[in-house]
Amino acid sequence: MQVGVLAVQGAFAEHEHVLSELGVPCVELRNAGDLDKPYDALILPGGESTVQGKLLRDSDMFDTIKSQIEGGMPVLATCAGLILLAQHIEDDDTVHLGTLPVTVKRNAYGRQLGSFHTVSDIKGIGEVPMTFIRAPYVAEASPEVDVMATVDDKIVAVKYGKQFALSFHPELDSDYRIHKAFIESI
Amino acid sequence: METTERYKLNKELAQMLKGGVIMDVTTPEQAKIAEAAGACAVMALERIPADIRAAGGVSRMSDPQMIKGIQNAVSIPVMAKCRIGHFAEAQILQAIEIDYIDESEVLSPADDVYHIDKRQFKVPFVCGAKDLGEALRRINEGASMIRTKGEPGTGDIVQAVRHMRKMNSQIAEIVSMRTDELYEAAKKLEVPYDLVQYVHENHRLPVVNFAAGGVATPADAALMMQLGAEGVFVGSGIFKSGDPAKRAAAIVQATTNYNDADLVAKLSEGLGEAMVGINEQEIAILMAERGK
Repeated sequence: MQVGVLAVQGAFAEHEHVLSELGVPCVELRNAGDLDKPYDALILPGGESTVQGKLLRDSDMFDTIKSQIEGGMPVLATCAGLILLAQHIEDDDTVHLGTLPVTVKRNAYGRQLGSFHTVSDIKGIGEVPMTFIRAPYVAEASPEVDVMATVDDKIVAVKYGKQFALSFHPELDSDYRIHKAFIESI
Repeated sequence: METTERYKLNKELAQMLKGGVIMDVTTPEQAKIAEAAGACAVMALERIPADIRAAGGVSRMSDPQMIKGIQNAVSIPVMAKCRIGHFAEAQILQAIEIDYIDESEVLSPADDVYHIDKRQFKVPFVCGAKDLGEALRRINEGASMIRTKGEPGTGDIVQAVRHMRKMNSQIAEIVSMRTDELYEAAKKLEVPYDLVQYVHENHRLPVVNFAAGGVATPADAALMMQLGAEGVFVGSGIFKSGDPAKRAAAIVQATTNYNDADLVAKLSEGLGEAMVGINEQEIAILMAERGK
């Protein structure tokens, strides 16, 4: 098994580190040529969604990755990754991959002064550390979407089919249970 | 140093910027062009370094109203510069909720001895460094991101290259030392022992390190990334060139695909005129010598 990590911008090295700690090989996806390499699941890391969305298109990776996710390839998306997957972005007409039937609110906690760390419960795993960096949250989710975690009544983790999307950054903490659960679901 | 939760969050924001390009902008319109071209953050300032250099005189923090205009124009993080040692300017930038403060040698220094005690702030700071000692001193003062101190406003990459190579070779030297040699290394570098120990164990700085100063082309960005930069600041290079939007987008793509020479070659085609630039030997003020 091999995991493809979108590596156009952001904190992809942190995800790769967690995968290597778990003994799972990964491949960096920087441009269309990399999509020919074999991988069974995807990770969409944190970073700036505007940059990642643009680079996905500019480097001709957009259509392939979108159809892979629509075809049922498991995907773990964190922060900017959640925004890439969302079908709607609040107060914004932009849609990136649009495979996840939720509305996200970008920079939902304000600027960097609003960034925070907490410990909270996620369904099926238990209490995990959660680091929110200029994070989005899910403002609205379709009924068929599983809400996996909420913090202060805001949805911060969802599951829909094989898509697992989080507002926060499990790759920044040394608790690997979320990645482990994702790997086991592949 | 003691790692507070706020400091950790501030280092982590810099981690999110990795692999990206931070662009200098002077108006909301430029900020929108930069965001559309794929900038991962913008640096709001009244005059870009090339113009600061040309105008001469004392250069200060930008008008907060102008910075707010840029904050309202884009959704990506907004940074702004304050003078070295000018903690009151930094307090103002924190009051308007800037995402990152650059305590910058590009502006006229306000203090020729002390840098800002950055641990007293909630907002993060990025600081310039020519070598490992300077980087670790800034980190000890509370900087959560480091950049090279390449000569701003010149379009000349030579100094950024020199700083990055110096940093890398000094890190390699620390890594190769016996642990009982680290105390003397800390003394020579004029930095606390625990930061030297971190570099020894982790083979890197404790914070993200970007290239800054003199980046004007996709090739410059690729060069700095191959030398180990984790991202790139572009100051005058974009909005002093013939086709800012196209050049900005090309530098963004080159920063991601810095090892792909075929792609960087394509990206370098037909970008119009690059900023004219000034050679290192032709400039009167070496900004990198400000604040050590």
